[in-house]
Amino acid sequence: MLAHRIIPCLDVKDGRVVKGVRFINLRDAGNPVACARVYDRAGADELVFLDITASHENRKTMLRVAEKVAESIYIPFTVGGGIGTIQDIRLLLKAGCDKVSLNTSAVLRPEFIREASHRFGQQCIVVAIDAKKDGNNSWRVYTHGGRTPSRWNAIRWAKHAEKLGAGEILLTSMDRDGTKQGCDLELTRRISTAVSIPVIASGGVGKLEHFYNALVKGKADAVLAASVFHFGELSIRRVKTYLKKHGVLVR
Amino acid sequence: MICVIDYGMGNLRSVSKAIETMGGRTFLGRHPRDLKRADKIVLPGVGEFGHAMQALSKQKLIEPLQEILLSGEKPFLGICLGLQLLFESSEENRKVPGLKIFKGSVQRFPKKKIGLKVPQMGWNQVRFLRSSPFIRKVPNQSYFYFVHSFYATPHEQSLDLGITEYGVRFASVIEKEPIFAVQFHPEKSQAAGLKILKNFVAY
Repeated sequence: MLAHRIIPCLDVKDGRVVKGVRFINLRDAGNPVACARVYDRAGADELVFLDITASHENRKTMLRVAEKVAESIYIPFTVGGGIGTIQDIRLLLKAGCDKVSLNTSAVLRPEFIREASHRFGQQCIVVAIDAKKDGNNSWRVYTHGGRTPSRWNAIRWAKHAEKLGAGEILLTSMDRDGTKQGCDLELTRRISTAVSIPVIASGGVGKLEHFYNALVKGKADAVLAASVFHFGELSIRRVKTYLKKHGVLVR
Repeated sequence: MICVIDYGMGNLRSVSKAIETMGGRTFLGRHPRDLKRADKIVLPGVGEFGHAMQALSKQKLIEPLQEILLSGEKPFLGICLGLQLLFESSEENRKVPGLKIFKGSVQRFPKKKIGLKVPQMGWNQVRFLRSSPFIRKVPNQSYFYFVHSFYATPHEQSLDLGITEYGVRFASVIEKEPIFAVQFHPEKSQAAGLKILKNFVAY
């Protein structure tokens, strides 16, 4: 059967990893290729690079990063952040990345999901949802890196994104992100059961049981985490051993 | 030289790079003459079945490919959509026939019935049914990376070299020497995937 995935996420700014791998003595913790290699060897099932470059010109550096990463690792990787056109996607896929993650551009113009999915295939279009609680069992979708509330309810948006051709949902709870208190399980479970495409849970993972909860109680297909891995608080192996021991199928 | 067929269906860089890492020399082929001069052929591909067949047709590659495959004159490796195209037809696009090398069709995962997410996305195991030079030194039940919503159902069971469970049991590796095809992405499957590519290079 299909294994649950554990996915480290690296933030990239102007071609350099911010808060890179710190748990081993890496000569250059800002080098995306070096960080990718470390996680490839450490047993990561996939990698996500989030491009937080502000200026448009410097975005081209992400293409060179993608090219080098693609030549260095043999697991799939996704690039997200600031992708707004079919041409952006075409160049990233051509550079060697396997999937792209769309966020703001998709919320502003949902048809973009359909166009991208039709052009490149559903399997490489991830829709990232930043969601924040705005009531009892209700979450709002935010754009522009969590700064701008949209008109979308998160569950409705996830279903709509699926209908338009998203191949996967990357769900981040803004309330939990950075708190290390665990994923928002209610949000994760509701989205995961509302759609029939895979859901990656993110935001708030700090302890071993948070991975278990997101996968078993939240019914997520994968968990994405950043700092717990980068700073070596948890290793991917330890997470997988823990999950296996508790009856969760991992690779 | 190994010809990696470039017909506009997905990125070929990872496939070529992985084969080269395993000691094979590759070139991207777009024309019938490229197939002629190749020692081996790789048909990768992600995307839609009908669209892929139309792209092959536009590049006049269908007949040369069928000739090579049916005569068995060159080792061939199909990856992902490149496996599905070997069959007669697909539920993904009923109007466009496949390469018709093997009898059988390609079906969509019945997501309601199996209660699982579609596409199948991630690492799943392959159980090998017999030994073959293609899977030499690859441990049985190894994990490989899959991304697909459709799977092939060969008429001849003898084609099944490896099978995988995802709600249904499907042929994830097929073999009729010198034709090999895998539903997963060996170029994204770390050591086990690279080993398979190495075996193909050495075949």
